[in-house]
Amino acid sequence: MSDSVSIPQAQQSVGVRIQGLRKSYAGTPVLKGIDFEVQRGEVFVLMGPSGSGKSVLLKQIIGLEPADEGDILIEGESIHTTGVMDKYRLALVFQSGALLNSLNVLENVGLYLTEHRLKKPEEITRIAIEKLDFLGLKNVKDRNPGELSGGMKKRVAIARALVIEPQLILYDEPTSELDPLSAVVIGEEILNLKKRIHVTSIVVTHDRDLAFGIADRIAMMYEGEILAIGTVDEIRRNKHPIIHRFLNADFNPNHQHEQP
Amino acid sequence: MFQNVGEMMVLLWRTIQALPQVFRQRQKVYDQLFEIGNASLLMACILSLFIGGVIALQTGPVLAERGLSSAIGGLVGLSICKELAPVMMAVLIAGRIGSAMTAELGSMRVYQEIDALRTMNINPIYYLVLPRIVAITISLPILVLFAILVGWFGGGLVAVLNEKIGITFQSFFVNLRLVVELGDVINGLVKSAVFAVVIGTVCCHQGLITMGGPRGIGRSVTKAVVNSIVLILILDYFLTRLLLYFEK
Repeated sequence: MSDSVSIPQAQQSVGVRIQGLRKSYAGTPVLKGIDFEVQRGEVFVLMGPSGSGKSVLLKQIIGLEPADEGDILIEGESIHTTGVMDKYRLALVFQSGALLNSLNVLENVGLYLTEHRLKKPEEITRIAIEKLDFLGLKNVKDRNPGELSGGMKKRVAIARALVIEPQLILYDEPTSELDPLSAVVIGEEILNLKKRIHVTSIVVTHDRDLAFGIADRIAMMYEGEILAIGTVDEIRRNKHPIIHRFLNADFNPNHQHEQP
Repeated sequence: MFQNVGEMMVLLWRTIQALPQVFRQRQKVYDQLFEIGNASLLMACILSLFIGGVIALQTGPVLAERGLSSAIGGLVGLSICKELAPVMMAVLIAGRIGSAMTAELGSMRVYQEIDALRTMNINPIYYLVLPRIVAITISLPILVLFAILVGWFGGGLVAVLNEKIGITFQSFFVNLRLVVELGDVINGLVKSAVFAVVIGTVCCHQGLITMGGPRGIGRSVTKAVVNSIVLILILDYFLTRLLLYFEK
């Protein structure tokens, strides 16, 4: 990753408050009254086993799906209030990267600026290259997403999110399907963004190493509920049996673990 | 079913509302036009050559037996430009281009590319649906025009070469010119434009509501093509009635 590139700290990070959020699919509750608050500039990790409702919660926060009940407040303003989602710049880094296959990497990164005609084409190219350089990806700018490794796709997706100059970045399983080395790189990128542009981050993951490495605070989710919220040490010390099992689950061929 | 019809109407209405944006999306419209023309022109010409030929083959000997062989030009000309070219080209495009549209949008939906657009405040209707519906609405009538000309040629060729019909190329086209009017060709082009809107709307809608991975994409493609063809054939009757009313 290039450290010589300077990214201006123009954006001001935002705080988020989730109040009594509930969501059901076909009568099956997926979120059962979620409450928490994320401070400005904080890296907040939502950790829990698969199917605990973490990704659904992210979709609600960015407005991709409506909640059945409850509210999401950004800087104290409900996202359902007209104009609020346009007022704040939110970005979501998808689990798969979700890069458009019909565009090359450079076009993907500059897509937001191109489609909204916010800059001249040459300026968009300059900004997109700058963001790619920030993530050490300048040499892949002309490639198609299909030619990239999983780790590269996720870093390109982060570069695409940075173009928006986000005040809040949401990451959906940023290290899933990645080898441990690529996962470390992604974790470092998240911390770098915190250090350099002080953006608020909400990271959804079931990767314990990533969560403990990057989190200011962790919320432990299980079956649509939050079991505990705390710092890394507080979560490690937590005696809740499900949290304890989740944090200490290791593969042992001679012993069968119960699913947390 | 009624929910789907309602959603398609809403999609079409939103696309119509987005029409002022089409100039901004012109590059995507050109790309789609190239895609449709490049993929379908040769196939359209081959198909219509044989359609023209088979009509001449089926009707020519019967007319010739009754001393009406000179009328074959008009019969082939009218049936191709008013009915067969628009319907057959619409069916071909539904299978060739409509399926590709559904598959592309369906995979974008399944792999969260459409969600990614929405998080960037990019309206998928402006970005994905509008260029496709505009391009297909422009290109299908052009393809139909080619199909009409090639179909006439195919009919004339069979009329000349088949010994049971045995008329000259000249007499075939003299009769065709006497019977077929410009309005008949326009009739076919209007039909094809309506069919194009139907194919575009049905296929884009089906792509946008795709769920469930590669299997879901396959299901959506089948549904889109079948629904398009059924709608084309049903609409064909009502459009014919409507256009006949205007001909009077």
